[in-house]
Amino acid sequence: MELIGIIIIAIFVNNVVFSQFLGICPFLGVSKKVGTAIGMGLAVMFVLTIATIVTYIVQKGLLEQFGLEYLQTITFILVIASLVQLVEIILKKISPSLYQALGVFLPLITTNCMILGVAILVIQKDFNLLESVIYAVSSAIGYAMAIIIFSSIREQLALTKVPKSMEGVPIALITAGVIAMAFMGFSGIDQVF
Amino acid sequence: MAKLESTFKNMFLSLSLICLAVAFLLAQVNKMTAKPIAEAKAMKLQLAIGEVVPEFDNDPVAEVFMIPDETGDSLMVYPATKGGELVGVAISSSASGFAGDIQIMVGFDMDNKVVNYEVLQHAETPGLGSKMDEWFKDTESEGKSILGKDMSIGPLAVRNDGGGIDAITASTITSRAFLNAVNIAFAAYNDNRDKLDN
Amino acid sequence: MNKNLSVLINGVIRENPVFVLLLGMCPVLATTSSAVNGMSMGLATMFVLICSNAVISLLKNMIPDMVRIPAFIVVIATFVTITEMMMNAYVPALAESLGLFLPLIVVNCIVLGRAESFASRNGLVSSVFDGIGMGLGFTFALTILGAARELMGTGRIFSINIFPEQFGSLLFVLAPGAFIVLGYLIATFNKLKAKASTN
Repeated sequence: MELIGIIIIAIFVNNVVFSQFLGICPFLGVSKKVGTAIGMGLAVMFVLTIATIVTYIVQKGLLEQFGLEYLQTITFILVIASLVQLVEIILKKISPSLYQALGVFLPLITTNCMILGVAILVIQKDFNLLESVIYAVSSAIGYAMAIIIFSSIREQLALTKVPKSMEGVPIALITAGVIAMAFMGFSGIDQVF
Repeated sequence: MAKLESTFKNMFLSLSLICLAVAFLLAQVNKMTAKPIAEAKAMKLQLAIGEVVPEFDNDPVAEVFMIPDETGDSLMVYPATKGGELVGVAISSSASGFAGDIQIMVGFDMDNKVVNYEVLQHAETPGLGSKMDEWFKDTESEGKSILGKDMSIGPLAVRNDGGGIDAITASTITSRAFLNAVNIAFAAYNDNRDKLDN
Repeated sequence: MNKNLSVLINGVIRENPVFVLLLGMCPVLATTSSAVNGMSMGLATMFVLICSNAVISLLKNMIPDMVRIPAFIVVIATFVTITEMMMNAYVPALAESLGLFLPLIVVNCIVLGRAESFASRNGLVSSVFDGIGMGLGFTFALTILGAARELMGTGRIFSINIFPEQFGSLLFVLAPGAFIVLGYLIATFNKLKAKASTN
């Protein structure tokens, strides 16, 4: 499949948040400030890319070689959890300032369904390693875009008057729904490629 | 009973024990479910083939063979014979739709006509593109059904593209992809007729 | 017995994982395009919750503190894989409609959250009841959301025709509809809670 097509689809047409519903928990929780949203986006991109590469190798080199595909879920999540731990430790040593900036998001990433979701998806879609990495990076860009757009809207929402029972998550969800509608407009673009 | 201390030995032991127990448990469940899973898959295939070709008395799944299509991919062909004579072929084909690949099983008879089709897998919009399950079999409205269409006349196309098939309302992309899959199947079948005379 | 019953009801209402704790959102949005899908997802998650809560509560004193998260994850992942395999074998159509979100139960914040905050500190029986309660609350939320979306989108609930399809708005079955309906449902829940606390 054309690489550019993969990128466009992952970022716009099948946006991880607005179309595939992955990574919603942190999406709703983290995105109250633009600054934190950017930090989260970067952390996710970093972990997702490495995780995709490692899980891909584990799947092709280990699980499929021995007919152990049923262990996919459990090995993938263990890989991701260990990776996050490793990244935390390495980051602490190499770049304490970056660690401080990203620090609080890293442990949260383990349970970010987007990481496990994308890792499984690239296997299901039968991508090769290069396509998988490109898909992962593009998905992460789509994710970062989603939370940055969303957090800037939420910053505004916090200043407006909203019915009491709608405050917080409900109005955020309805806003997300409207943005999802906007993203639906992108469908079909990939047909050009 | 107090919690176990976090000494290295304890951590290593407890994790290893848990992993071993888990590996054993999963291997057992896998043994138990592998057969039903394979059977469910085979059943789905059998049912699909049964739907799309004329009556047969052989085992198309057992006689499956692959043919190349124009893009170089391979398609699976399931020949249906009755009394040793070929009555039709079921071909599993796919095309890129609105939201991913659409996989279909389409059956042609010996007069190059479409017998029937089954949509095996798709990710199209529910309520819109997903209507292709039934839309192109609808013989009650004019212009929708592809059943009985003679493929040797030419590839199928939606009206927007100058063809004779009505696309699903508001799902032109899905409709195009679906017809594309049918066309790919027939083109590959047509180009490889000689392989069938086995 | 009363204590356990209250633990159960807690999971369904006062601390409903979806409407109150706001956990496990991904599957909530993705698997509720119909009432049946929502209910199946809820039941599958409940199964995992009960099993993992039970096992973790039994093993809680044998797992050193520092490795508890990886240990919990392994236990949860095991039950998720078992659920996956059983569903693929015996109800393959349902497993296919849940798709990617079946293995994603393993990162469902509810399961890990309850393991960490309840099962690792309470006895077997209470933990099982907590699993049932949270599972029921989750299933309840998913089924309502699925039914609402299916009804407004296609005029059907559990595939039973309520009103003709033309009057439905497809939007509700699609992505935006998920967000919007959930938003309104949570707002409604908030309103009911506020009313209940002023009584």
